[in-house]
This record gives sequence, structure tokens and C-alpha cells, in this order.
Amino acid sequence: MMNLTQLGFGKKAIITKVNGQVLALKLFEMGLLPGEEVELENVAPFGDPIAINLSESKVCLRMQDAACIEIKTID
Amino acid sequence: MEKKEITVALVGNPNSGKTSLFNALTGLNHKVSNFPGTTVEKKTGSFKLSPEKNAHIIDLPGTYSLYPKSADELVTYEILRNKAETNYPDLVVFIADASNLKRNLLLFTQVADLKVPIVLALNMLDVAERRGIKYDIDKLQEKLKVPVISLNARKKEGIDKLKELLLNDDLRVTAEYFSLQNVNSQLLDDLSKVTDKRNKYAALQYAINASSLISEKAKRLNEIFKHYQFDLIGFQEEEVLTRYKIIDETVKYARLKNVSQLKASITSKVDKILTHRYYGISIFLVLLLLVFQAMFSWSEYPKDWLEYGLGAFTNYVENTLPAGVLNDLVVHGILAGLTGVLVFLPQIILLFLFIAILEDVGYMARVGFIMDRIMRPFGMNGKSIVPLIGGMACAVPSIMATRSIENKKERLITILVTPLMSCSARLPVYTLLIGMMLEDSAKFGPFNVHGLVLMLMYLIGFFAAILSAWVFKLFIKQKEKTYFILELPGYKVPVFSNLLITIYEKGSAFVFGAGKIIIAVSVILWVIASTGPQANISKIENKYEALLNGNTNDSVKKELQLKMNAEKLEASYAGEFGKLIEPAIRPLGFDWKIGIALLTSLAAREVFVGTMNTIYSVNDDGDNSFSHIKTKMMAEINPRTGKPSYNTATFLSLMIFYAFAMQCMSTIAIVKKETDHIKWPIIQFLYLTALAYGSSFLVFNLFS
Repeated sequence: MMNLTQLGFGKKAIITKVNGQVLALKLFEMGLLPGEEVELENVAPFGDPIAINLSESKVCLRMQDAACIEIKTID
Repeated sequence: MEKKEITVALVGNPNSGKTSLFNALTGLNHKVSNFPGTTVEKKTGSFKLSPEKNAHIIDLPGTYSLYPKSADELVTYEILRNKAETNYPDLVVFIADASNLKRNLLLFTQVADLKVPIVLALNMLDVAERRGIKYDIDKLQEKLKVPVISLNARKKEGIDKLKELLLNDDLRVTAEYFSLQNVNSQLLDDLSKVTDKRNKYAALQYAINASSLISEKAKRLNEIFKHYQFDLIGFQEEEVLTRYKIIDETVKYARLKNVSQLKASITSKVDKILTHRYYGISIFLVLLLLVFQAMFSWSEYPKDWLEYGLGAFTNYVENTLPAGVLNDLVVHGILAGLTGVLVFLPQIILLFLFIAILEDVGYMARVGFIMDRIMRPFGMNGKSIVPLIGGMACAVPSIMATRSIENKKERLITILVTPLMSCSARLPVYTLLIGMMLEDSAKFGPFNVHGLVLMLMYLIGFFAAILSAWVFKLFIKQKEKTYFILELPGYKVPVFSNLLITIYEKGSAFVFGAGKIIIAVSVILWVIASTGPQANISKIENKYEALLNGNTNDSVKKELQLKMNAEKLEASYAGEFGKLIEPAIRPLGFDWKIGIALLTSLAAREVFVGTMNTIYSVNDDGDNSFSHIKTKMMAEINPRTGKPSYNTATFLSLMIFYAFAMQCMSTIAIVKKETDHIKWPIIQFLYLTALAYGSSFLVFNLFS
């Protein structure tokens, strides 16, 4: 099982599941939903947080929160 | 008869163009105040819909959902949920970013399900089109069952169409986007006994939000939820996902196919550079340096003009008003104090302008992104950077801006340390002191040394802020889990008129807000500096009267006059007070005159310059042009040491004192309001005073 922290630079994936009660709700509201396509676009200095491209917006989050998002890569 | 005024609320996600639309609708015809009981900035304005009908419009803080996570989102929710609220709108204009319609519609359907009349305004269609997204407005309207219009808030297009739509009296919401069919109806009945009777969705939503508070009602609500084993978070997640499903269908139905996408977005390319892993932070620091350089050099000419103009005005008033106490009060009290501060308006406006540009362009969010990791060990997060940078302009709005920080501990720490950031009120103080300490033309490579020293003062403030934050982190308890999820909006070219409006708001707030304090302080100061125990004053007057009468040489007379004024100031109440506290501040290198200024600066820092002006103007031979204060202060001899009162050690010590000390009534008031407890402003005042005193002592002794 892969999570968002394992996604390579510039690679795309589909969100399969979002864990973590309150956090999941906030992520949903920001558009990070199961089924949504994500792409790792930027990494901040010191490797954390990361910026993710969604189909219609761009959101940044910390690695520890990204670990709650399960993904599967698309070839 | 028809109602003459309707209340319209502007609701939407952050970054959807709400402020642009608000400005396009109202122009300068608006005012900024606070929502009752809170410090969240409330912008209201009005405009004509028709000859008989006015619209009163409120700009509500941007939010992502009606389950608020932060204090500013709570304001929006509170107004929309409560029909008894005075700001409750007759109509909501929901502004949505068309390039990100799905997420924007999530909040839209939540608001519409509260059954408040609503119209949907699609904004940023040009951005969407560039990304290959285009919608059939009629189809959207058909699916959503509310009026939908397109507009371009930045270019002010479609505004008339929107106004026309607002004239329509029959804008009820008939659709229901999310139904509660899966929720136990017995639970809903029980809840509505505790909350009031209203639409079921609104009641459940209110119960969920209220259950996290600490109150009698929350206790009862929690009991009911527990009784039915209702999973609060699970329900909210399900609600959001269900809404997204409905929205997905709508958006797919209304989206035009075969729209070709233009080039890859410019945002990605710019972000590759500005948020770069290795250079991102350096770019940020260089940008800050440029801002300070520009602020310093661009303000030079307008500052000279203001000095000249205000000096001429002061002379005019002095010569026009009949000589006497009134003349003296106006010229040496009010005008001297005001001039000292008003000449810094250009710098302050420039600073606000640069911050507004960085915010408008979308760069501030990036700064949060690249700085989050650095802020974390200090008990803050990336969102703290916006208040901290804003603190360079003014701590008061910045402390209000901490409302977007979800985590309570991180927010509290940010509030406690923001006053350490060098605000614009310190600018006049620094500028005056740096100007006396260094030659005007001093250069270091291509840089103006004044600008560099100023930058150094700002850096000192910043490091003091994060170090204090680290200390607070050790002492303040943490309960909730912290996260940092922030949208990085697409880069935009700032709208000129929006910038102008921002500057106008901030500039007038400074002139009128600070002006009031300065006039009051100047008057009081003038009174206590020009009066004193009668016996002492008379003794000095008698002593000099004899000397003056016995002398015919004009220049000798002038000198005697000056000496008399100096002695009178020392004998005045202000002088007595200054002398009283002098022992306490002598270790810092300050004399009793600075002591008076320190006292008056307790109201606001910029008063320092006005006070110095007033003190040295009371002690004056009639020539009160602004530049003279510098010469006069430099010529001052400390009678105790026989050396000049001001030397490098004094200047540095004073600057450090002003960098750290909590000398701002407005900040104290706002911290009390924001933290909801008198404890925090007191702690803040004490630690900042201790820090200021200790550091000044150290600096003075190191350099003298």
C-alpha cells in the first residue's frame, strides 16, 4: 500500500483512501478526495511540506498528514 | 411598501475574488469595522440597486465549509446560521472560482441548504478557460436551480448584471442538495428540542458545531449524540462526500467538451523557482531586502515635501494666530507632535503597499509553504508567517489575522510574539535615531547604510520573535493535533484599484487612529512640560529677567532665552517626572528627557518622535522647522557626564529598547480581545519589558 509521501517528484497518482478522522474531513473539504488525481509538484526547503497539484487546485500539506492519504500510481 | 434596503452577504472560498467583487460593487463607499464581539475585520458598504432600493453589503471571511475549523470561518458560519443575527442577509451572493468549481460548490450547496436566498456568481472564467475548462451557464442554472451569472470581478465585468439580479424579490431556494434520509429522524427530533425548530439540516449542523463548545447546551447535545451513537466526524465526512458526488454530476453535465487547453499553467513554472528546495528561502530574503531598500529610498522625496509643507503650515499658523497660550499649544504642542509622525506616512504607505502586493500576487501563501518547516520547532506553523510579516506594518491587524491558524496553541504563540516584529510605528523612531547616528550618504557597496541598519533592526525583531516563541512552546500546553493544509492559489497580477483601496484603508487608519493618540498625548505633554511648581518657575524667570534686561546684545539675549527655556523645562512637571524615573533608566544610557518620551510612548511608539519634537520645541527659540530637532538633540550635553547626551551607545540602546518593548495600547487591547483573557496581555507586557530592559542594558554597556 502506497501513501502520498512515497510519490515521486512529478509523478501522478489516484487517491484511494484518506485516513485520520478530523484530518480526513479537512482534506476532503480542500478537495483531496478518493478518486482524485494528484501530482507531487513542489517540495519545500528541508523536504517538508509538499505541494500537490489536484485537477483544479494546488494544496500544500505536511509529510505527516500526507502519510494519511493512500494512493495508487497511474502509469 | 417595498423595503428600501436589502442586506447582501458575500460568501465564498478564500481566493475566489471576494474582495475584488466587494471593491467593484462599493468602490470607496465602504467602511471597515469589526464583527460584534470579535476582532475579525468586517467590511461593509452600500450601493444603489435602483432609485428606490439600496443594497447593504457585508464581506464575510472566506471559508471552505460550514463546519468551521478556525476563528474567522466561525464568523461566517455564525452569521449565516442565525436568522436573529443583525447581519443576517436577505440574500447571499456566492462567488465561485470557475477554475476550481467542484470545491467551491461544496460550500455553495451547504449554504443553499440553509435555505437562505442565494445567487451564484461565477468568477475567474478566464483562468478556467486557459486551463481548458468552460461551462454552459444555462445548464448549471438548470441543475442547481438558482440564478447563475458569470462575471469578472477584477475587470469589473458583469457587475451590472449582478445588480439587476439582486433586484429580483423572489429568489427562494427550492432545491435540496443533501438530504438527511440516512439520519435517524428520532435523533433529529431530539436535537431540535435543544436547538430551536428550523430546517433539519441547519439544526443538525448547528448541533454538531455547538457540541464542541463548553456549555450546558453542548453537554445536552453530546448526550443525545451519545444516546443514538451518532458518529459526528463520520457523518460530516459522509456529507461532504455525498455533496461532492452530486456536484460531480452537475459539473460534468454543464461542462463543455472539446475545449482545448492552452499552455501549461504559469503557476507551476513560477513555483518551480519561488518555492525551490534550495533557493526558495534566499529568494524570500532578497525580496525582503529589496522591499526595505525601496521603502527607504522611494519615500525620501515625498518625505521632504511633507516636511517642507508641514513646516510652512506651522509657520503660517504661528504667525496668523494671535500670540499667547493658544498659539503656543497649537504650534508647540499639537503641530509639533503631528508633524513628527506624519512625515513618516510615505514609508508606512509603501510598506503596506508592498505587503498588499505580495498578498495579492499569491506569494504570501508560498512564504507559508517554504517557512512551515522552519517555524515548526518554534511552536508555530507556516500560516504564522503572514501575521509575522504583517507585523512589520502593524501588529494590530496581524494579530487579528492569526484567526486563520486552526491550532489554538500555535495561534496563541503567534499572537504573543508578533509585537516583536518591527512595526511601522517603530520606523519613525529608527529613522530618526539612525539618521543621527550615521551620515546620510553612507554607502556599503551599492546599498544605503541606513537601509541596511534598518533591515538589521527588522531581523533582530524577527529572531527575538522566534526565540521567544520557542520559549513559550515549552510552557504552553498543547491539546489538539496540529496540521498545516494550505491552498496555494494561482499567481495573479495585482489589481491596481484594489491596491489603492487597501492603501487608502490602511493609510487613513494610521492617520486618524494614530493621529488621535498623538494629539492627545502632545497636548498633555505640552501642558506638563510648560507648567510646573510655580515657585521654581518664578525663580528661574526672575533670575533671567534681570539678566535679559541688563543685556542689549541680541545674540547673547537669544542664548540666555534658550538657557532659560531649558531650565524651565527641567523644572516643569514633565521634567520632574523624567528626573524621578531617571535612576531607573540611567543604566540604559537614557536621561530624563528620553524618560519622558519613554513614558509617552507607552501609548504608541511613534509618539517618541512627536514627544522629542514637543520637548525640544518647548525648549525652543521660535525656529521650529523639523530638521532642527536632529541638530538640537545632537547638541544636547548631559550635565552629569559633560559629554553629549546622545552617542552611538545611546542610539543603539534606544533602538533595541524600542525594538522589544511593548509600547502600544492598541496591541494590548487587541491581545486581550483575541485571547479572551487579561492574563495574556499582562504576560506579554512583562516579558517584553524585561527583554527590552535587559537587552538595552547589555547593548549600552557593550558599546560605551
